[in-house]
Amino acid sequence: MTPEADGRNVIEFVHAGYRLPNGTRLLDDVHLEVRQGEVLILLGRSGAGKTTTLKLINRMLEPSEGEVRVEGRSTVEWDAIALRRRIGYVIQETGLFPHFTIEKNIAVVPRLEGWEEQRVKARVGELLELVGLPAGEFRGRYPHELSGGQRQRVGLARALAADPPILLMDEPFGELDPVTRADVRDEFLSLEKRIRKTVVMVTHDVPGAIMLGTRIAVFDGGRVKGVYSPREFLRSEEPEIAAYRKEIRAPADLET
Amino acid sequence: MGLLDFFSRHANEIGEATLEHIWLTTAAMALAVAVGVPLGILSARRPGFAKGILGGANIAETIPSLALFGFLLPVPWLGERSDRLAIAALALYALLPIIRNTATGILSIDPAVRESAKAMGMTPRQILFQVELPLSLSTLLAGVRIATVLTIGIATIAAAVGAGGLGEFIFRGLAMVNNQLILAGAIPAALLAIAADLFLGILERRLRPAGR
Repeated sequence: MTPEADGRNVIEFVHAGYRLPNGTRLLDDVHLEVRQGEVLILLGRSGAGKTTTLKLINRMLEPSEGEVRVEGRSTVEWDAIALRRRIGYVIQETGLFPHFTIEKNIAVVPRLEGWEEQRVKARVGELLELVGLPAGEFRGRYPHELSGGQRQRVGLARALAADPPILLMDEPFGELDPVTRADVRDEFLSLEKRIRKTVVMVTHDVPGAIMLGTRIAVFDGGRVKGVYSPREFLRSEEPEIAAYRKEIRAPADLET
Repeated sequence: MGLLDFFSRHANEIGEATLEHIWLTTAAMALAVAVGVPLGILSARRPGFAKGILGGANIAETIPSLALFGFLLPVPWLGERSDRLAIAALALYALLPIIRNTATGILSIDPAVRESAKAMGMTPRQILFQVELPLSLSTLLAGVRIATVLTIGIATIAAAVGAGGLGEFIFRGLAMVNNQLILAGAIPAALLAIAADLFLGILERRLRPAGR
């Protein structure tokens, strides 16, 4: 099990909604709390509003209704740049800079924060080891020279670089084959036990959700249908939840 | 009299005209890059502006070059000196490929790269200078290369308004029905264009981002 949360709310959604400029409603009346040190999983079909929820946290989007609070302050009151530097962001496509070496990629935020060069170098080495890539071998390479799994590890290392208290992950293991995904997932679990970040993670991977999540929020049609502990999730009689569970028993991972 | 003979006898004049030609082209390109790159960035940022900007540059491109020199003649300040006038007209022609390639280069960057740059807390300025421009540099340079080759050719017409350059030989040759004179302008101009194309092509490949 993941480490227990200590109860303080780091992120709060207060009746938050989001509409596109053309009026299409992507998120409706979302009420959610994310506690210090927990891993909150956002589960749901494509288009259910999970990624939108994630982007409201680091103010990539601003709520059309209600409020999203980070560390007690509404995101629109935060300086967007300062807010984002406190929040690591990991996406499926990784978004690594193709013209930067792995070292430079990981060093982006520390350099923006004006760290001394020596400290940056040491931190990059530390992070590469943390995500299981030998620093000596990988520092000087470019993203296109890495496999998908290695790139996603670098993406995670980059998000952790300036030691942000919050980590947002959008299908961080999505592009991996099932075997590699299980490996990276295991590593992330043991990593999270050590670093104890507050994590909000979007995933389609139900076994992963149960394994990593402190709680699981199920989304449907832009609304939160319910928030469950992994135990509740496994026992729930609701047909929707039961449908998700079927995937666990499926003989093979049919997804992607 | 053979062509080589003619060339060696008029080497000084040809050399001078070539230098004038290089000056006109270089000045026009510098101006076009200074104006075109920011306009290209703006086009990439605001699709609404892109139509107007590219439309305007497109129209400039369709004006026959001789007519454009003529149109600019009555413009105050510009019309006062022929080289000023020629440089402005040439820059106007060079604008379109530069604007278009700058915008294309920026727009072809993987959206995930831009998204993660923003999410990491980079300011729009940092994103532009550390991510967008470096990643679109080779596309941008391809535009500069096309524009330069184009400009070297069109610059021969600058002689019509008295701005000098290799066009002078061509116009004189046409008036005097003297092929050797025409070639004395045309050959160096063609060689200049080829040299510029090669040089900028090499630069373009050098500056291609390492991760591509």
